[in-house]
Amino acid sequence: MEVLSRVHERNLVAWAKDKPRVVVLSADLTGSTEIAEFRRAYPDRFFSMGVAEQNMVSFAAGLARGGYIPLIHTFSVFIYRQALNQIVSSVAYPNLPVKFFGFLPGITTPGGATHQAIEDVAVMRAMPNMTIFEPGDATEVESILDPVLAAQGPVYVRMLRGEIPRLFPQDEPFVPGRPRILSEGKDITLLTSGICTEEAMRATTALAGCGISVRHLHVSTHKPMDGAALLDALASPKYGVITMENHTTIGGLGSEIAELMAENRIGVGLRRMGIGDSFAHGGSRAYLMREYGLDAQTLVRVVESLIGRKIGITEAELGAVRIEAVHSLAKAEAL
Amino acid sequence: MRVLEHCLKNDGGYLSQACSSAEMLSTLYLKTLRLGPSVAPAVPLPFPGVPGTRGVSYVNGAGYNGPVGPGLDRFFLSPAHYALALYAVLIETGRMSPEGLEQFNKDGSSVEMIGGEHSPGFEAMGGALAQTLSQAAGLAWARGKTGDEGRVFVFLSDGEFQEGQTWEAIQAMVFHGIGNLIAYVDVNGQQCDGPMEEVMGIEPLDARIRAFGATAVTVDGHDPAALDEASRDKGPAAPHFVLCRTDPCRGVELLERRRPKLHYLRFTSPAEKAGYEAFFRERG
Repeated sequence: MEVLSRVHERNLVAWAKDKPRVVVLSADLTGSTEIAEFRRAYPDRFFSMGVAEQNMVSFAAGLARGGYIPLIHTFSVFIYRQALNQIVSSVAYPNLPVKFFGFLPGITTPGGATHQAIEDVAVMRAMPNMTIFEPGDATEVESILDPVLAAQGPVYVRMLRGEIPRLFPQDEPFVPGRPRILSEGKDITLLTSGICTEEAMRATTALAGCGISVRHLHVSTHKPMDGAALLDALASPKYGVITMENHTTIGGLGSEIAELMAENRIGVGLRRMGIGDSFAHGGSRAYLMREYGLDAQTLVRVVESLIGRKIGITEAELGAVRIEAVHSLAKAEAL
Repeated sequence: MRVLEHCLKNDGGYLSQACSSAEMLSTLYLKTLRLGPSVAPAVPLPFPGVPGTRGVSYVNGAGYNGPVGPGLDRFFLSPAHYALALYAVLIETGRMSPEGLEQFNKDGSSVEMIGGEHSPGFEAMGGALAQTLSQAAGLAWARGKTGDEGRVFVFLSDGEFQEGQTWEAIQAMVFHGIGNLIAYVDVNGQQCDGPMEEVMGIEPLDARIRAFGATAVTVDGHDPAALDEASRDKGPAAPHFVLCRTDPCRGVELLERRRPKLHYLRFTSPAEKAGYEAFFRERG
């Protein structure tokens, strides 16, 4: 598997070259959100706003009213937790084209509960006018900017940074609302988002080897949710549906799918994998995924609970875990 | 007087805000602001629906402040509960018809009690307080970059200086050299719970603003000539604050009896209302 480094950093500079109305705002996390190259390339389109997110969000709304397309970059938690009212009143209500790039979704950071955006999809999804994307690999990170720009009004992106695997063909870019079919199967329908897609793929091959066929879909648009594209997959599995997300199990992908199933009278079992109704704490990604049940081994156990028997896949039979170094040139700091 | 009349008709309203800001808003609309004539219907249309992908065609209240143009100013009223005072000024300056006020706070109307950006004279959502200055700052930067001569004016209440975001906005405007923004602050010393010095003091406000690197002048907020003059008393590269010392009972001295709580007038007895009615007959 190809692993790329600083995908957004390079991509943003190239993409913004012929878009003079695109400006970037930073709240003292320029290196950490991969916009240092943008600042070097287009200093007059870069705003250093300091550690003052509330002003940054409303200021961006003013820039949008003045004809600019502001791309806000900071950690996810400092967007929706620090400036929620500003997002609602200054940006979402007037439906202004302010684009939020929220980094460190869920347990992708060892920064602990203050840095881990575990309920961001739930909060942002409840907000009228907000579009929510969550890329899952390098192909999606490098092809997401056109759809972000094309979406009318505000967009929240659960962004990935640093070392990112390429899971999807480079010539199959991110398309809003379109789930990716990663495997076909009749026993289980598995829907994953963000980094959980890579993790789930460690298990799906092993499951197939044990005679369990999994229809695996990667969902990268949380809102608007295109139910029609998913209904067939949700209604057809023999044993049930599993969702797996780097988020609490309240209000994110699992809830989105539960809503779809209930509204469409789909009466198959649903298991929602996620962080649960709990805060997390600081630690490595691999440790946190194991600790909070977001790993391939837990997925196998959930499949077993749905089909009603042990499969007997061991950790050794799962695909290799990709470990991102805590101290890496791909990141500005260990966070 | 129009606000008082309205309060009498509706058994209450934000009267003290009109008393403190009447000259400020009038001076801005009659003298200081460079605005074109209203491009909005004299009688406001019903609530048009919210902005959004599924929304109906959306009308912004800024049309009452005239067209948008490079040489024209933009005006933002931040404390949206001053809506009644703003509507009265729009009527007195011929931008809205008096019938418009009949729709005030009526179901389905855009002439709302707490003005939204679809309400006459409003361009943005200010109701949450402290967000308008930041929004105006972003717009001011954009206008400066585009080369517009027109300035951005913001009407603020002094209570908004208790909000951290106001200071974040000043900090950012000074840092980014935004000099085409002028804020008029109604320093009436009153907030919902009572006198500001008993709720959360903000003084010395002028020194605090200057310490952030902006310019600030203090004027008598009931002196139209001084109010207008103060807009010119600014440097080119920093935001300018006109601190208007005002009396929230100005012109309706009966309000003095309600001190220290002046935020919202609701008659407590028929006798009290009769007193205001008598006053209105005498002066109105």
